[in-house]
Amino acid sequence: MAGLEVHIGDLKLKNPVMTASGTFGYGTEYADFIDLGRLGGIFVKGTTLAPRQGNDYPRMAETPSGMLNAVGLQNKGVDYFVEHLYPVIKDYDTHMIVNVSGSTVEDYIACAEKLADLDKMPAIELNISCPNVKEGGMAFGTSCQSAAQVTREVRKVFPKTLIVKLSPNVTDVTEIARGVEDEGADAVSLVNTFLGMAIDVESRRPKLSTITGGLSGPCIKPIAIRMVWEVFHAVKIPIIGMGGICNWQDAIEFILAGATAVQIGTYNFIDPAASVKIIDGIHDYLERHQIASVNDLVGKMIVQ
Amino acid sequence: MQVLDFTVRSNETLNDQNHLIKVAPAGNEVLPEMQPGQFVQILVDNSPHVFLRRPISINFVDKEKNEIWLLIQKVGEGTEKICAIPEGGTMNLIYPLGNSFTLPERKGKYLLVGGGVGTAPMLFLGKEMKERGIDPEFLLGGRSSKDILQRSDFERYGTLHCTTEDGSLGEKGYVTHHSVLKEKKYDYIYTCGPKPMMVAVAKYAHDHGIECEASLENLMACGFGACLCCVEKTVRGNICACTEGPVFNINQLTWLD
Repeated sequence: MAGLEVHIGDLKLKNPVMTASGTFGYGTEYADFIDLGRLGGIFVKGTTLAPRQGNDYPRMAETPSGMLNAVGLQNKGVDYFVEHLYPVIKDYDTHMIVNVSGSTVEDYIACAEKLADLDKMPAIELNISCPNVKEGGMAFGTSCQSAAQVTREVRKVFPKTLIVKLSPNVTDVTEIARGVEDEGADAVSLVNTFLGMAIDVESRRPKLSTITGGLSGPCIKPIAIRMVWEVFHAVKIPIIGMGGICNWQDAIEFILAGATAVQIGTYNFIDPAASVKIIDGIHDYLERHQIASVNDLVGKMIVQ
Repeated sequence: MQVLDFTVRSNETLNDQNHLIKVAPAGNEVLPEMQPGQFVQILVDNSPHVFLRRPISINFVDKEKNEIWLLIQKVGEGTEKICAIPEGGTMNLIYPLGNSFTLPERKGKYLLVGGGVGTAPMLFLGKEMKERGIDPEFLLGGRSSKDILQRSDFERYGTLHCTTEDGSLGEKGYVTHHSVLKEKKYDYIYTCGPKPMMVAVAKYAHDHGIECEASLENLMACGFGACLCCVEKTVRGNICACTEGPVFNINQLTWLD
């Protein structure tokens, strides 16, 4: 029996397959389709200190092998999460991890403090990479100094596993990764969406209300894998890889590039059961290649 | 909600743009209860560019034959691929999705207004009304006679009024210009079609104090409330058209502000 268990900070994941924030709601949206307890973890929708209505419609444009989104962190705020959503999801037989975003360092701290008090919330993912909000979000993730600062301040108030989600919209992702590792991040997750845009040629108007948005889906996969591979050689903390994963082969590719675990994102919209199929596929791959543990594959791309 | 493979039982070309595709569960699973206004998300297979599923409203449910009817307009690569699935081919659906039109509980004058391919859910709605002992009236609009689809099917369930922009069928003009709207007083109006048409219908209903429900066609990614892309601005803020819609009472919308 091939070993699928992996460790991220203090988290023991039953397998390396998790679902990405913003693509999986609070898990409940998928309960009709899969046994949520099979997942290694669920990253719930980006949560902010105050409620947010998000951006105006249209917020989505399909692009070749992917999509642009400009949702803009629509959520009901951390207090609503704690009071109304956490009680519903806390007993799922998987790790529920909140993705935390903010406009200021103080927002991140206040949000992280409230989540630290929840018994069954073993980790947070610090979103310093949302491209769709005017203030904060990606602004923190595109400068080493601010990425390090927000990680340092949240680390002080959040004693559990701290994952920092990195933006690919930078010149050198390894600098940011090293910066947050130095400030105590337990893991990094990458990549968030790529800043992109699309124009309707007949009306000559942008396809998104915000003009630019975040590109995701299989079209970004090769770039994401390259970034995971670069970060793998730059930091010692584990990497959670994501970007266009649609099947087990894609997941194995990320693992070979250096990811200890992966997140399935946009493809959940096309096949709501994709994550479970990927777990089974990784298991079969390990058996077929007689590899004892998925950990033995991390970063084991064979060069030459 | 479930993901299921269906077999295409028939694929009929209605005109140069529209196909009527009838599908049944590939494993002969019995269809669940579905309501008029609900929709399905169709997987577009073997297409390198098309990534997302295509949301298509349920045109009709034939319980005896265990079939769902889907009226599909070819508007791009995704719908072209779907319309190219031959009889006997496979179509993967996530279904049933969304809320539904409010079915009447008492007799009255009900008008179902559809434009273009937006006529699709009105057939299923009309059939459900007829089964409840109500005779609905349909008001369907299109550019010309060939755009008014499934006429004989509609006539089976109620009175049919038509408008065409070129006057080739029914009255010339838009649906909101049809004489029945001046001659009769309806109790309830249901509408689905291009947004300018629905806004005009909503305005008519509002001005005449008539209850009105509209089925929206917002762009969607998932179709089941996870991505938050298809939001409609309502009096309660931005809400998902896929889970809290696609059918909204016009009082919930901000169209007439």
